[in-house]
Amino acid sequence: MSTAVNMHDKRWGNKYGTVRSAGKVTPLVCWFEECRKDSVPLVGGKCSSLGELISAGVRVPPGFALTTEGYRRFMTDAGIDREIQSMVSGLDAGDMEALENTSGAIREMIEAHPFSAEIEDLVAERYRKLAVRSCLPAVPVAVRSSATAEDLPGASFAGQQDTYLWVRGADEVLHNMRRCISSLYTGRAIAYRINQGYADEQVAISVGVQKMANSFTAGVMFTLHPGNGDRSVIVIDSNYGFGESVVSGEVTPDNFVVNKITMDILERTISQKDIYYTVDQKTQVSRPIEVPFERQKVQSLMDDEITELAKMGKLIEKHYGRPMDIEWAVDKDLPFGGNIFILQARPETVWSQKQQPPGAAKGGASAMDYILASMLEGKRLN
Amino acid sequence: MKFPKPHDVRTIPGTEGWERMYPYQYQFVTDDPERMTYEAQSFWFYDGLHYPEPIYPFDTIWDEAWYLGLSQYNNRIFQVPPVRGVDHRIINGYVYISPVPVTDPEEVGSRVPNFMERAGYYYKNWNELEAKWELKMKGIIKQIEELPIPSLPDLEDISVVTEGIGESKGFHLIKAYDDLINLGIQCWQYHFEFLNLGYAAYVFFLDFVQKLFPSIPLQRVTQMIAGIDVIMYRSDDELKKLAKKAIELGVDLILTNCGEWQDAETALKAHPKGRTWLDALEEARYPWFHVSTGTGWSHSDKSWNDDLNIPLSGIATYINQLRQGMDIERPMEKVRAERDRITEEYRDLITSDEDRKTFDELLGTAKTVFPYVENHLFYVEHWFHTVFWRKMREVAAIMKEHGMFEDVEDVWYLRRDEIKQGLWDMVTAWATGVKPRGTAVWPKEIAWRKGVMKKFQEWSPPPAVGIPPEVIREPFTIVLWGVTNSSISDWSEVQDISDPDSITTLKGFAGSPGVVEGKARVCRSADDIRLLQEGEILVAPTTSPSWAPAFARIKGAITDVGGVMSHAAIVCREYGMPAVVGTGHATKIIRTGMMLRVDGATGVVTIDR
Repeated sequence: MSTAVNMHDKRWGNKYGTVRSAGKVTPLVCWFEECRKDSVPLVGGKCSSLGELISAGVRVPPGFALTTEGYRRFMTDAGIDREIQSMVSGLDAGDMEALENTSGAIREMIEAHPFSAEIEDLVAERYRKLAVRSCLPAVPVAVRSSATAEDLPGASFAGQQDTYLWVRGADEVLHNMRRCISSLYTGRAIAYRINQGYADEQVAISVGVQKMANSFTAGVMFTLHPGNGDRSVIVIDSNYGFGESVVSGEVTPDNFVVNKITMDILERTISQKDIYYTVDQKTQVSRPIEVPFERQKVQSLMDDEITELAKMGKLIEKHYGRPMDIEWAVDKDLPFGGNIFILQARPETVWSQKQQPPGAAKGGASAMDYILASMLEGKRLN
Repeated sequence: MKFPKPHDVRTIPGTEGWERMYPYQYQFVTDDPERMTYEAQSFWFYDGLHYPEPIYPFDTIWDEAWYLGLSQYNNRIFQVPPVRGVDHRIINGYVYISPVPVTDPEEVGSRVPNFMERAGYYYKNWNELEAKWELKMKGIIKQIEELPIPSLPDLEDISVVTEGIGESKGFHLIKAYDDLINLGIQCWQYHFEFLNLGYAAYVFFLDFVQKLFPSIPLQRVTQMIAGIDVIMYRSDDELKKLAKKAIELGVDLILTNCGEWQDAETALKAHPKGRTWLDALEEARYPWFHVSTGTGWSHSDKSWNDDLNIPLSGIATYINQLRQGMDIERPMEKVRAERDRITEEYRDLITSDEDRKTFDELLGTAKTVFPYVENHLFYVEHWFHTVFWRKMREVAAIMKEHGMFEDVEDVWYLRRDEIKQGLWDMVTAWATGVKPRGTAVWPKEIAWRKGVMKKFQEWSPPPAVGIPPEVIREPFTIVLWGVTNSSISDWSEVQDISDPDSITTLKGFAGSPGVVEGKARVCRSADDIRLLQEGEILVAPTTSPSWAPAFARIKGAITDVGGVMSHAAIVCREYGMPAVVGTGHATKIIRTGMMLRVDGATGVVTIDR
């Protein structure tokens, strides 16, 4: 993959912004490509899984993370961590009013508190490099919370922290990073930790800053047939614009079935697509608009893009060793060959939990038994 | 899906009485209520794979031979539990067949142990039995090659007297004819010894993999058995060798410049190294040029040895390709590597150990049976038949000499029992010294039959008659003829369209993957192959091994008849070019020069009108 960056490459290397402790170097910021699946304590679940995808050779929109070390440094720099601890201690998880008041005060404090000059410089430098890599001045980014506890078994932190889309400029990035950090202290999150008995020191957050895929087309992809569990195909749903319309089921997307082994497109269903999501340049938020009439029944994803996407799906499945459910986008700012991005990949759960695909024969039969049984069954004409 | 009732199909005006050209049991009847009910309630489909043209009375011999062969193995030898044999009828000269089910579940059950024991024995001892089979085949081919067809002398040789032989050439001629026919029928006994079991192993491997992977295209499954060397390709390989040799010896220009074999031969004899090349040709001819230019089923399918212009054209194609620096070898290593990759990747996707075990067993069996499934064609339809037709022409030449008919080729208008009758008439008259009665009877009858055959040829047989069943349990029917629910309904759809010029898409079987666009070349027989231009798309009723050189020129193929195991599909997969097979009507709808798009993955042909 052309955009997968070698972490040893000098251009992206982290020669600044590291902390030494007991001979170990812990960075304050790092590129996604420097993260792996075991980087969760450092960069949280979301950033580490993006890093893992990159290491698998998958193209994901480039970006970097403020590490948990960066988060801790921010919190300790002016002692707000101790202040917050004292504000939280003794709170009653059932006292909603006290929770909300405390939360409001903590969040205001976090958001008002500037980063140290060191962190500001590090983030601004990474953001500038990201803009250069993306060939876009003031590149629009998504600023995402990436919590370390996200993937703990039984801990449903997912979705509790915020994501801010279409953020432009270093100052805005820094501002929204603080908003992400502060989202660690919503009333609900504080109450949850009290109830579950998590000490506040156990909780850390990382913040990912990722180039927004300015998607011409986006959608989802399964590395098995969601209809019949066939593991030899990859099934792709696609519509114009951001993937929201597909994920939410607001439109009937185009559907493609690709042979996973040979990459032939076995089936294509071109649907009528009435709306798509795109960014409103004035308000800078994503909103649905009508697909121009002449494009409504046109294939939304080109054949070579379908093949490229299927190859990525196959690679991701191979890397994780199980069928996957993947979100993807085709970026309109970039030319074919480097414009298809994976936004998210998670294990497929429906068919993977079934014992056997439907219709598979009684296993273990000898050739002779199978031949006889099939003869008796025959081929139904319907 | 609606098809005509078999008894409602009208006789073509002017052919009244055509039924007498064929054995009586081939008629749909109205005078026997029980038989008529059975016929009306069965499903009969047109066997265009074997008979793309109406069948000549004599050529009914191979239909009768396989009618007996397949049915006896199914029903009396292996006892395939749910099916008996395959029944046959003729409508207006076209052969219709119908698998006969076993309807009583108890009877099906009672057949199971026999099938398991007998078929099981064959599967277990396949290679050993197949080696025996090959010896039997070589033996019977030797017998027919050495069978003398004596002509009738005015005076018998003196040795009849001096050696006390006590038999005449008249008797020998009749006996030779009987021997010839018997060898033919016997050869067809061997033809079916393994075929049904071979197809069963094959079709149910396909079936199993499709159950594991509901979206897998059939051709991907057949690809798992590709790349096995079979002698079906040997004839074509010999042409390639001869092309290389011609360039080596510097006689290649002679072969590419002479369109006619006679001219080429004369020029080669005059060339200092021409003799060496001709020797190499002689060596290749036996048996590898005993390959029919058709399916080998019809007397009109000539072999390369009968018409050397056909291999000459193939050799010239290869010489030209070699001169352009092209690699003319089939990419076998690539095919095998791709086969192994595909097999391994699909195998890895199987989730349970039990299914993987069944997959391995069925794949192993399918690979074991594959060479037989392919090779029997060369031994029987090509090699044996080539010799057989030649011998029959020798018999016919003697009958012509005695005034029984006007032309050697007239013999095919008679049933084989009529020929026997004619021979008796002829030899008794010869023995007696009078004029045979047949000289007045047969020429007249043959002239009438010629007219009937012409009218048959102008008629379009419906793809099927009768009532389609809910379930087909006869695997051979499914694989070989590509008869499935979808193909039948596609055929009937096309049939319902009154104007063939309005059709822009045709559906068939996805025979070999890939998409290609190009100009159509409709080749109804092997003679038409010579017209094929580089890069055209071949549209043919069906193809056979002797068409191999055609595949070196084309970029895709479409056939009327055949399933994923048909010759065109196999060869296209080996060459890595798209094929859509079993379209039902392609040669009737497509005309040479039309622009086509062939999608070998979906089985759709688009015609740009």
